[in-house]
Amino acid sequence: MTKQTDSVKWMTIGEGGLTVILAAAVFLSIIAAAKAEDTAYAFHVTLAGFASLASIFVILNRYFERGALPPQEIDGRPNYNFGPIKFAAVASVFWGIAGFTVGLLIAMQLAWPDLNFNLPWTSFGRLRPLHTSAVVFAFGGNVLIATSFFVVQKTCRTRLAGDLAPWFVVLGYNFFIVIAGTGYLLGVTQSKEYAEPEWYADLWLTIVWVTYLLVFLMTLVKRKEPHIFVANWFYLAFIITIAVLHLGNNPALPVSIFGSKSYVAWSGVQDAMFQWWYGHNAVGFFLTAGFLAIMYYFIPKRAERPVYSYRLSIVHFWAIIFLYIWAGPHHLHYSALPDWTQTLGMTFSIMLWMPSWGGMINGLMTLSGAWDKLRTDPVLRMLVVSVAFYGMATFEGPLMSIKVVNSLSHYTDWTIGHVHSGALGWVGFVSFGALYCLVPWLWNRKGLYSLKLVEWHFWIATLGIVLYISAMWVSGILQGLMWRAYTSLGFLEYSFIESVEAMHPFYIIRAAGGGLFLIGALIMAWNLWMTVRVGEAEEGVLSSPGAKLQPAE
Amino acid sequence: MRAILTVENFASNLVLTFWTPVFVGIFIAILTYALWPRNKAMFDAAARQPLRED
Repeated sequence: MTKQTDSVKWMTIGEGGLTVILAAAVFLSIIAAAKAEDTAYAFHVTLAGFASLASIFVILNRYFERGALPPQEIDGRPNYNFGPIKFAAVASVFWGIAGFTVGLLIAMQLAWPDLNFNLPWTSFGRLRPLHTSAVVFAFGGNVLIATSFFVVQKTCRTRLAGDLAPWFVVLGYNFFIVIAGTGYLLGVTQSKEYAEPEWYADLWLTIVWVTYLLVFLMTLVKRKEPHIFVANWFYLAFIITIAVLHLGNNPALPVSIFGSKSYVAWSGVQDAMFQWWYGHNAVGFFLTAGFLAIMYYFIPKRAERPVYSYRLSIVHFWAIIFLYIWAGPHHLHYSALPDWTQTLGMTFSIMLWMPSWGGMINGLMTLSGAWDKLRTDPVLRMLVVSVAFYGMATFEGPLMSIKVVNSLSHYTDWTIGHVHSGALGWVGFVSFGALYCLVPWLWNRKGLYSLKLVEWHFWIATLGIVLYISAMWVSGILQGLMWRAYTSLGFLEYSFIESVEAMHPFYIIRAAGGGLFLIGALIMAWNLWMTVRVGEAEEGVLSSPGAKLQPAE
Repeated sequence: MRAILTVENFASNLVLTFWTPVFVGIFIAILTYALWPRNKAMFDAAARQPLRED
């Protein structure tokens, strides 16, 4: 604790403690960089050192500049904390465009392999995890952090808990993304799908994620509303389950604490089981529960209608979180995993039809009495179409989890098509809809810069998704049928390369679909940028007192 | 068939005799809570929570 001589301004425990910890981190980074056993590790600890140093500067600078800490309430109204949310919103748009661009590049690599450029850093094997992590964790993760911090404050009518903690969560999470992404390009990976980052990145994410959980929980604890709104239940399930999955899937022993390589604790079929317990619940809790929270807040808000059935939302919540956690083994059909475990995974996947469709119906029916708004409000249309895609993807998923269907679909492009109808249609569109709502609210604007541009985004992206998923259906089923085709003499009818050749036109159509989706996102970025820059300010500062009343920061 | 005590048998017996009724019970409790007539007013208010401006 340091004390200023001329006033009674104290450093908070957070400011003082974090400064000391970060100073230690700078020191340790220098040692680790000096002793590093591989270049990627050296690069990452150097980044960590510079990031810690910059954070110390920012924390101390803020301390010297600030007066008292921001008040919890101003004029009897909660003084919402929007700063970290703004950062996460901007980061999500940036990472979204980066992730879609890399996706387009690897789609084109599959059609025209010369685009690998014969360089290790641009090979499909390294860019593919860069794409998946950028869209799922960087784009989706920032959308979830931004919306969860917004929704929990608004529905609890209280300022976000913690002073530096929310900033630590947002900046720390994005630092994890940078470490993970640059690591992939440099060849650092533990080869677990959607959990590729190595041990030191995993440890860092654990610290960030526990802080995220604490900020969220403590905000719930100090809520002014007696009832915890259902969206917060979904966010909380997402945060807790991701913590458990991350810890369960990633225990590893580093070869050296000064090197990037490690060995995962699990081996053989147990490793596979853990991996797909993690992998499928990353879908179930990151890409579903978290984004269902967005649905339950943003659709009622945008449609100006109450949640269709709050009772259904309670049943929906408990049913979906209980069933999802068991569905993972359907990724390992006809593998060394015990047969009963495969059947269990399939059974729970089929049972998931019920809560998934219950939730979809609840989201769609929230529009009762406001269906006409779909004609006039493209943002609401985007949100509603996302729920329709959710319904479609959650119909297709259980279908594909059935063993006999899976024996045709597994390892084919059908899976890629299925994932993208969920990822582009559901997660992408619900995120875009939420961002179109959130940006004017956060920056205190009357509305978006242009609804016409949202129309363009909506139709271009929808066309892109349709091209993408229909190409993958045809290509996937074609591929699956070619693999299992026998001649009358019992020989395989096609060589593998013949199936690759047959897929070429569909790869081109898929890349065109991805290109359209990217163009839509670029239109959105321009629209949001112009909303912040030239949008008309909201009169009376009704929705966000923070912008006007916050003490000088 | 002779019942042989293995980890697998023990686990599946535990699931059948213990966890299945427990989870069915929990689910019934949740349904009861959600459908209880006296809770309706609270849920109707909660359904409007996003619409309340401050």
